Amino acid sequence: MSTSALTKSIALKVVGQRPVRPDGADKVTGRANFGADLRLPGMLTGRVKRSPHAHAKVLKIDIRKALSLPGVKAIVTCADFPEMADVAIEGGEGAATLRDLSLNCIARHKVLYVGHAVAAVAATSADIAEQAVRLIEVEYQVLAHVIEVEAAMAPGAPLLHENLFTKGVTPKPDRPSNIAEKTVLAKGSLAQAFEDAEVIVSGRYVTAPVHQGYLEPHACVASAGSDGQHSLWVSTQGHFAVRQMCAKLLGMELTDLKVTAAEIGGGFGGKTTVYLEPLALTLSRKCGRPVRMVMTRAEVFVASGPTSGTVSEVRLGAMRDGRIVAADITLKYQAGAFPGSPVGAGAMSALACYDIANFAITGYDVVSNRPKVAAYRAPGAPMAAFAVESCLDELAQKLAMDPIDLRIRNAVKPGIKATYGATFREIAFVETLQAIKAHPHYVSALGPNQGRGLACGFWFNIGGESTAAVHVDEEGGVTVVSANPDIGGSRAALGMMAAETLGQPIERVRTTIADTTSIGYSDLTGGSRVTFATGMAVVQAAEKVVQDLVRRAALIWDCPSEQVKWQAGVLTCSDPAKVGKPLTLKEIAGKTARTGGPISAEVSLTAQGAGPGFGVHLCDIELDPETGRSTVIRYTAAQDVGRAIHPSYVEGQIQGGVAQGIGWALNEAYLYNDKGEQLNPGFLDYRMPVACDLPMIETILIESAPNSRHPYGAKGVGEVPIVPPLAAVACALSHIVGRRLTELPLSAPALLEAVNLGPSA
Amino acid sequence: MMSKRRICAIVNGEPVEFLGGPTQTLLDVLRDELGLTGSKEGCSSGDCGACSITLDGSLVCSCLVLAPEAEGRAINTIEGVAENGQMHPVQQQFLEHAALQCGFCTPGFLVAAKALLERNLNPTETEIRYWLAGNLCRCTGYDKIVRAVQGAAAQMRAASAAQDKKEFVS
Repeated sequence: MSTSALTKSIALKVVGQRPVRPDGADKVTGRANFGADLRLPGMLTGRVKRSPHAHAKVLKIDIRKALSLPGVKAIVTCADFPEMADVAIEGGEGAATLRDLSLNCIARHKVLYVGHAVAAVAATSADIAEQAVRLIEVEYQVLAHVIEVEAAMAPGAPLLHENLFTKGVTPKPDRPSNIAEKTVLAKGSLAQAFEDAEVIVSGRYVTAPVHQGYLEPHACVASAGSDGQHSLWVSTQGHFAVRQMCAKLLGMELTDLKVTAAEIGGGFGGKTTVYLEPLALTLSRKCGRPVRMVMTRAEVFVASGPTSGTVSEVRLGAMRDGRIVAADITLKYQAGAFPGSPVGAGAMSALACYDIANFAITGYDVVSNRPKVAAYRAPGAPMAAFAVESCLDELAQKLAMDPIDLRIRNAVKPGIKATYGATFREIAFVETLQAIKAHPHYVSALGPNQGRGLACGFWFNIGGESTAAVHVDEEGGVTVVSANPDIGGSRAALGMMAAETLGQPIERVRTTIADTTSIGYSDLTGGSRVTFATGMAVVQAAEKVVQDLVRRAALIWDCPSEQVKWQAGVLTCSDPAKVGKPLTLKEIAGKTARTGGPISAEVSLTAQGAGPGFGVHLCDIELDPETGRSTVIRYTAAQDVGRAIHPSYVEGQIQGGVAQGIGWALNEAYLYNDKGEQLNPGFLDYRMPVACDLPMIETILIESAPNSRHPYGAKGVGEVPIVPPLAAVACALSHIVGRRLTELPLSAPALLEAVNLGPSA
Repeated sequence: MMSKRRICAIVNGEPVEFLGGPTQTLLDVLRDELGLTGSKEGCSSGDCGACSITLDGSLVCSCLVLAPEAEGRAINTIEGVAENGQMHPVQQQFLEHAALQCGFCTPGFLVAAKALLERNLNPTETEIRYWLAGNLCRCTGYDKIVRAVQGAAAQMRAASAAQDKKEFVS
């Protein structure tokens, strides 16, 4: 069926407008219920006993004293969880095996980072639970630990897993190491290309591990029934993924676990796995009462996924006309305690903006004694882009070429095969570059101690499996049901697409998010996929409703369906012999008993054709040379968005991604002492941008290449905007200090040091 | 553990009584004893502002106030920002400007922004940014939040001017 607005070029009435989001009122009045807001009768509080050591053998856990404390109802340790096989788990975002997932939720034999869970308690109050946690005695044999990625790769480094042999190397290494996997992406003849190159630039770039920083700590409420039926209320990006992971980890059937998604207070990829949920379910099962578990902010830092700290080496070869002929890149990414860093996506995205004939990108996935990384907005891409875009900036300087012209010279266009293998179709990277070049910001004057940086970014975006339903009530009102937690306004986008397809005003459409027992499966909210993939399911369900309405109108008019015309919510009959009044959705909805029963449609699909996105960012910074304090004074971000369904929320995605990227560039970092303890597990010392750190962030939505695979042209928009800022900020500051800044964060002390070193020769 | 004591306070204009322990925060009491879960706990160290309330008119983080300190005080939370089902201009403008994404920090921002506008109906962008610097938002980059507060200030100034005019005419 093709009622695509794109192919028919129908003027859109709802898509592209900026209505108030359907869940808005609840969220501005305090009525929205997030993970920690549910209260059940008899509910207990759960707390986790965590490792104080970065690396240690667990010799003994004694829970007897804790268990005898009045008010303690249950304690669980690894003994309460089945051992898992070393097989990959689907459904989450980022690679993991069942065994690693289980061991990350509750340690067995060995703890691998400070904060690693070793036991959990459920008690009648938080005070008692915390007291009980202190009474659990754990005997450790402390082992040498390693934090930094290159130290973990070095021969003789403390070994985290005796059974970890580097994948992707032949022959298989004879010894285990902390390098979980080596990946290589290559094309052409690199050595020859570098020989032919007229200009070569290179650099070594370092980024610190940073946390997603969602404001809402992980939270859930688990309740195990005596009939074996469990329910779980949880703040997550994907309740179906939580169902799958928990059921597997606990040896349950999927049908024995109902998961309801709470409103989610931010995730950015960090809420795509499980931490507390299997513990809460097991505690509840053990004592027969509901158990609520909420992480503290410190626990969020030390025990939930940040993203990788990285070291990247880049070498680019170009001709004097700016054509890049060779690129050699090595990416080393920390995975945390278990394999699965986003180095693969880093490698695939590193050069995706450019058409380069000869390249080699080598990636290393490296474990060390830090919390296991979790996905963070365009996982793996910002670090690689920081290195590549910084090198390109240096190349532009060396060639005395405009940085945008250099990029346009090498930019990918429709029809070009990407470095990661796919062939680009509808993309607007060149138009996005041109939009920044044409913007007044690009030619505006800079003051003293001010600098300007430009950088680009790419993200794949994904489709995946989605289910959505559209119900029409007996008064013609519409309900859209999906299974994707609304993390940033997707209810609005889904409702708008349904309204557009059904020719209804947005006020007649309600959107809701169903639990795992009330609708078919959906992949989680991630990969910038919901508006695209779940949106596609919503539109197809609405189109089914339209087909059904046509059939019903034909029945009412006693004419063939072919004579019924549907346009903008009104049905008319083209047969002149049948003089009938046009029928509206409302009128047909009131006559369902005589035309085939209630009007309702559900669509499940695997969405293909998620269009990749490109961003081009321009950043002005002022640096105080006496203190090293830097201030972002102007920021403009242009992005190839396909078509913006709700432009305000597209702009919001861009502005939010930029702010996170600026924090990554300037301030954020996990700091460790020599015991492997994080020194800054709180918002005072882990410094995320606040309102007075930032200027307004101007956005330019490029809509010249709508995605033809989506009925309204949408492509993912949420992840691209965090990719360019690291380099945009670093390039601006590099221009001020007169030397290439290669290590993040560029905090005041680091900048002061660079100022004191003076410009490079 | 020290025993709880009876505490009387005025919450959103209504007298309430509750039992509060000496180690319990006002945020815990609001959420767990009074069922006012609109105030959020993001850090419990006063760094994120998600639990912002006013205490006798002063903007505070309720995670940094102990329950017994509430005795005899007037507390206003997000649940009291709308009156009689009518949203406050700052709430209306947050919706109009799409100034929220996940919505978790939103209650704290609204309480803080309302407190600003009660003191200054014509704040500059810089004044808004510094006043809200105690509230963390990780989703929006603050752009639309600042614009929403500017919008609310304009709406309130217009309403106040209309009111003045009406009083002058009558």
